[in-house]
Amino acid sequence: MNAFQHLHLENLQAVTRRHFFGKLAGGIGAAALASMLEPAAFGGSMPIDPMAPKPPHFPAKAKRVIYLHMAGSPSQLDLFDHKPKLVELNGQNCPDSLIKKERFAFIKGVPKMLGSPYKFAPAGKSGLMLSELLPNLATVADDICVVRSMWTDQFNHAPAQLFLHTGSSRPGRPAMGSWLTYGLGCESQNLPGFVVLTSGGKTPDGGASLWGSAFLPTVYQGVQCRSQGDPVLYVSNPEGMSSKVRRESLDALRDLNQMHLKQVGDPETLTRISQYELAYRMQTSVPDLMDISKESEAVKELYGIEPGKVSFANNCLLARRLMERGTRFVHLYHWGWDSHGTSPGDDLMTSLPQRCKETDKATAALIKDLKQRGMLDDTLVVWSGEFGRTPMNEERNGSKFLGRDHHPHCFSMWMAGGGIKSGATYGETDELGYHVAKDKVHVHDLQATILHSMGLNHEKLTFLFQGRDYRLTDVHGEVVKGLLA
Amino acid sequence: MRFTRTILSFVTCLLATSSVAWLRAAELPSAPVDFKKHIQPILESRCLECHDTKKHKGGLRLDRLDDLLVGGDSGKAGVIRGKSAESYLIHVVSGIDPDATMPPKGEKLTAEQVGILRAWIDQGALWPADAAVQQKIHWAYVKPQRPVEPKLSWSERRWAKNPIDAFVLARLKQEKLKPSAEADRAQLLRRASLDLIGLPPSVDEVEAFEKDRSSDAYAKAIRRLLDSPRYGERWARPWLDLARYADTQGYEKDNRRSMWPYRDWVISALNRDLPFDRFSVEQLAGDLLPDATQAQKVATGFHRNTMTNTEGGTDNEEFRYEAVVDRLNTTYAVWMGTTINCAQCHNHKYDPFTMTDYYRSMAFLNSTQDADNDDERPTLKVFAAGQEQTLADLRSKQSAAEKALADAVKSEAFTRDLAGWEQRTTAALAKWEPIEILGATSDNGTTLTNLGPGEMLAKGEVRDTESYTVHGKAGMKRITGFRLEALPDNSLPGKGPGRAQGNFILTEFKITVGGQPVKLVHAGADFSQPSYPVGNAIDGKDQTGWAVGSELGKRHLAVFATESPLAVDGATELTIRLEHQNKEFTKHSLGRFRLSATSSTTVTNITLPEEIQKLLTTAPEARDSKQVARLSEFYRDRSPVTKTLVADAAKAKKAADDFLNSIPITSVLAELKEPRKTNRHIRGSFLSKGEEVSSGTPASMHAFPGGQPTNRLGFAEWIVSTNNPLTARVTVNRIWESYFGRGIVETTEDFGTMSETPTHPELLDWLAVEFMHPTIPDPDGRVAAPWSLKHIHALIVSSATYRQTSKVTASLLEKDPFNRLFARGPRVRLEAEAIRDQALAVGGLLSAKLGGPSVMPPQPAGIWQIVYSGDNWETPKNEDKHRRGIYTFWRRTSPYPSMMTFDAPSREFCVVRRVRSNTPLQALTLLNDPVYIEAAQALGRRVLAEKPKANDRERIEHAFRLAVSRKPTREEASRIGALLDAKRVEFAADAKSAESFATSQLGKLPDGLTPTEAAAWTVVANVLLNLDELITKG
Repeated sequence: MNAFQHLHLENLQAVTRRHFFGKLAGGIGAAALASMLEPAAFGGSMPIDPMAPKPPHFPAKAKRVIYLHMAGSPSQLDLFDHKPKLVELNGQNCPDSLIKKERFAFIKGVPKMLGSPYKFAPAGKSGLMLSELLPNLATVADDICVVRSMWTDQFNHAPAQLFLHTGSSRPGRPAMGSWLTYGLGCESQNLPGFVVLTSGGKTPDGGASLWGSAFLPTVYQGVQCRSQGDPVLYVSNPEGMSSKVRRESLDALRDLNQMHLKQVGDPETLTRISQYELAYRMQTSVPDLMDISKESEAVKELYGIEPGKVSFANNCLLARRLMERGTRFVHLYHWGWDSHGTSPGDDLMTSLPQRCKETDKATAALIKDLKQRGMLDDTLVVWSGEFGRTPMNEERNGSKFLGRDHHPHCFSMWMAGGGIKSGATYGETDELGYHVAKDKVHVHDLQATILHSMGLNHEKLTFLFQGRDYRLTDVHGEVVKGLLA
Repeated sequence: MRFTRTILSFVTCLLATSSVAWLRAAELPSAPVDFKKHIQPILESRCLECHDTKKHKGGLRLDRLDDLLVGGDSGKAGVIRGKSAESYLIHVVSGIDPDATMPPKGEKLTAEQVGILRAWIDQGALWPADAAVQQKIHWAYVKPQRPVEPKLSWSERRWAKNPIDAFVLARLKQEKLKPSAEADRAQLLRRASLDLIGLPPSVDEVEAFEKDRSSDAYAKAIRRLLDSPRYGERWARPWLDLARYADTQGYEKDNRRSMWPYRDWVISALNRDLPFDRFSVEQLAGDLLPDATQAQKVATGFHRNTMTNTEGGTDNEEFRYEAVVDRLNTTYAVWMGTTINCAQCHNHKYDPFTMTDYYRSMAFLNSTQDADNDDERPTLKVFAAGQEQTLADLRSKQSAAEKALADAVKSEAFTRDLAGWEQRTTAALAKWEPIEILGATSDNGTTLTNLGPGEMLAKGEVRDTESYTVHGKAGMKRITGFRLEALPDNSLPGKGPGRAQGNFILTEFKITVGGQPVKLVHAGADFSQPSYPVGNAIDGKDQTGWAVGSELGKRHLAVFATESPLAVDGATELTIRLEHQNKEFTKHSLGRFRLSATSSTTVTNITLPEEIQKLLTTAPEARDSKQVARLSEFYRDRSPVTKTLVADAAKAKKAADDFLNSIPITSVLAELKEPRKTNRHIRGSFLSKGEEVSSGTPASMHAFPGGQPTNRLGFAEWIVSTNNPLTARVTVNRIWESYFGRGIVETTEDFGTMSETPTHPELLDWLAVEFMHPTIPDPDGRVAAPWSLKHIHALIVSSATYRQTSKVTASLLEKDPFNRLFARGPRVRLEAEAIRDQALAVGGLLSAKLGGPSVMPPQPAGIWQIVYSGDNWETPKNEDKHRRGIYTFWRRTSPYPSMMTFDAPSREFCVVRRVRSNTPLQALTLLNDPVYIEAAQALGRRVLAEKPKANDRERIEHAFRLAVSRKPTREEASRIGALLDAKRVEFAADAKSAESFATSQLGKLPDGLTPTEAAAWTVVANVLLNLDELITKG
């Protein structure tokens, strides 16, 4: 323990002692007491480290989460939800009963049914039906659990992504990763607890609100690690400043801050000193984290990484590295799954296979790699889009390219590890893949289930804001017991 | 306290056994229950809402004992004296009777409360005759009255500066605390300056203030700060969080919008101290005020800051509804600290607002014209002072020019000139005669069929490249030009005239006579596709050509003039080649065409529009008035009589139009002629409409003001009515929070029953009443106008409470860790914008420019990765790079990163209270963000430039004063000196690093300054700009 850590610890103890055991002046109300006992419930900044690991509500299977979000929403009917009947009815008019009173984003008039142009085959011991577009995922079929009965309230991208990740379709609620770090803290001393990685050339439609902490303290906000430029903003020393100069100027800064602490006596100054030390440690740990070149050739090959580029494969490997280092929640976004079929750039025949090619190998590699390292048991991997796609061809403005419109009534996703069943499927859709036929899972149920896997009761993980206890699942959500191992 | 503990242990003991068992095991606790203290609050807060004099649900009143003894409709006695286990009241509140659990809404009674009720019954259920049990109205819903100021002793009066201090001191005395000493002058001026204008004082200002020993030195400083235009910029900041002001629309595309005139309105309104009630009404309903001014309309941008969803395939009505929901929630949150948003889906669980109240209030806001349109209409052109006059001047110049032209057109000179032109032109009008076709071939096999004089149609497979060779004769003596007409035909794709979906690319048009090429010098066409001008057909290049894309399915013509007239006779054979050799766009051959020749001298006239040619060939007496006018109009541009006048008129019009287009727009509220219907929405859902509701304010609140219209304007006046118990309190509380880091009511956003209890309720009420009805004169003896914000600022900043030092002793920290009692001055981390502004100010970089469009200061590349639009973050080169943070372009889905790090919100929704976090990312920003490195370089250079002759010690002192206003202690100065010395040595050994560290952002060093010296000072400046003291208002 260096001198600084010693001082920090001493003061933390002093502050903690004061807060927990100090005599309360009669003027301090119960609310102030409560906020002292529960630092995170308190709007201001606290001298107690809000990122310190906290115990879950009950013993948990999963300790950390990797969420792979395919922004734009991949077609479940061409990847996971095999519908021979739809192939049979290909090209026929959609029955009136299905489209009456329905709001579509783009479909106009009476659309035609669209059977998947792709072949499905059973994979793994479980015989999971998977599309030929996902040959690598097929090799880990026995490690995942596919849910075919997801549904959501939203059918536009930004609101649906917000709904999935914050529980509300309007901006202004904390992201799932923020809730989890708020509830559980972070096991890493040198890295953020909630990290966001993006690929596919664009940030997702919902923007930074998807990883914002909203009314939770900003410390729980997702930190975007970038593949180009500074991996974490401003983590590099400025041009011309060596690490020696940096260290010595930080020493001077610490000394000056301590002198001021003596003059003024505000413990907040001490927290500031400790944050500069953590920042200094991040300056080493972040570049080390991002340096995937040190991984073995076998691992590089497994993921198919492309050093120096922005790629989904790189991000998958980074996610694993973050998990190893104690980060609580990693969110990967890959853009470009919005297969409307207005051009080859967004259709089922050119664009969809391309996106699958960009992600399939690395996704399977992530599962295999986590498993090899014995990390899959306590790491929850989740893969999804934000909604489903229609069983009908969109044919916007008479387009000849095959595509599907947005569809909130059903979609598929999968989970792996972290106390979730493996080699299983959950839920069914009707024979046309239009509605859920069995075991509906609403977005709020999924959120409740993810929190449950992490040992948190979604009804108890709350934050008092504007006179109301808010939670990720709003006033809904039930843990899907059928998904739990 | 002792009593509660006894009951608690009793209850805990009971809870250990099963519920049935504990009913039997009832046992009398020893401590006597005091009805007024213990029972009455439970009845009032949890029972009387349904069981009081007005409403007696279940036939039961709980405001008198008789009813409890007899029981209501159930016939069961609520209270059986001495027998709590048998009393029905206890059954229902403890959940023993599963069919009737009370209270039905909200939290269940706590075990402690049930225990107290039981003890009371078991002790005989005493109900004092003088107990006035009535439903308690939450304090915040009772109109504030001016409280009597606590009496102060002579010595206390000497300390106190105004009534604020009397209230604070009274509370301190209760807690046996004493106020702290006054802060020293440098600290005080820095604090007041950061609070009132958001910027630190200059060294000169600090020194002058330190020297000024006059009794009104501080009052003068406050006046100066309140009068500074920087005041409006600083105090607009929190207001813009409430207004969710941003420069983009939000949601997926998050395109730009122009709202900055609204932001400038806020700054200006604050600077001129527009009374808060008017400030509010103008923002909520300025458009509905009689003879609304432009400024009052711009003010309504407050509620146009809601988001607009332009994502493809969204339902505009859905997002219009969402915007109105947002407006309603925001209005109640901002002005009344009310969480009315809860009542969107159900009756408010804690506060007196029903779901019907919610939608009745919504009806006031539901009839504006905006409807989630991509173009943000309705918008308003916002003229700066004098600009309307400028536009009027330009328009009158335009009218004058147009009139001069009109007069000239009517003049005899023009009529004469026009007639002459007509005559000359008609005579010279090219007469085209079709070429007589002798035969035609194609290089690659296209079949060419002769359709009539000069006319051919291509058939057969379309070849990648193709050239047609046509042989023909012309019946004239000399040829001055050729004409190629490209003609539509139903047999062609897209009706032609080309064979590539109607288009063609004529790469070359060539004429040969007797084996000799004829030089063509001029080409004209009625239309050419951009990048495919007709001149390309005679430029000798294969890969360029003439095309007519976007104007397909129509006749087009091209004319080509020969360099010199070509002498021919009836026997001369002409060879005409039409080449289509473009390799990039293959199969672009002509489909149907006609070839003609002319001997007219004026081949240029060939390109006269066909319409004009036709008019000219029509006899003057046969032309109708429209045709006459058309000819005259056409010739105006060409006539020496009117040519310059036409140009003048066009120029004048363009000047006026350009000026008008340069006027910024802003989105405003405008009322529909016919109000929209408003419905209740079941569970708040946009899709589930319930019954229609009419506009109205909540029944539990003060009355709608008489004489006000029942529309948005009346609603606004209701909000700022002095009968409103909330608006003034909520507003002064928020201001107090800005100064002290916490409000008197800590939950600034919620004054409802779930809010925090005010630490100084009387002070809050006094401030609220003083805000609405000022009585305290300023140092010049003037009493402020009602609702003056500057008055409240001046009162707070002048108070002895505010002026205390922020030093905290261990014992004070233990007693009052969050300074809720104000026994010391405030110490609060600065807000995001202020941190950046201060760094720029300390470095001497900050621009003083006020208002205008938002700017894009430097941010790392790749922050903006925008879906769909290619919009870019473009950093200006001029002083706009260094404007105050309030002018930074605010993109909702990608806000300015360093501000986000310091807890600025994304402004997608109203934020009443920013959190203040303390994270390592903040440290990284201040240490490494190029903006702060630039400020450090600037501060280093500034110190050396301002103290050219000084030694290190003096320079260090100056740098320290620039940064935190005070002088450094000897210890501090020597620590900085040690750093400076060490860095000098290091940079001297590493010239390259020194150079880049000292110049990376600011560029070349001034003459005479060595890189080593500049770099060492930049390190010092970087450290100073990271001091906890610097980013904290202390």
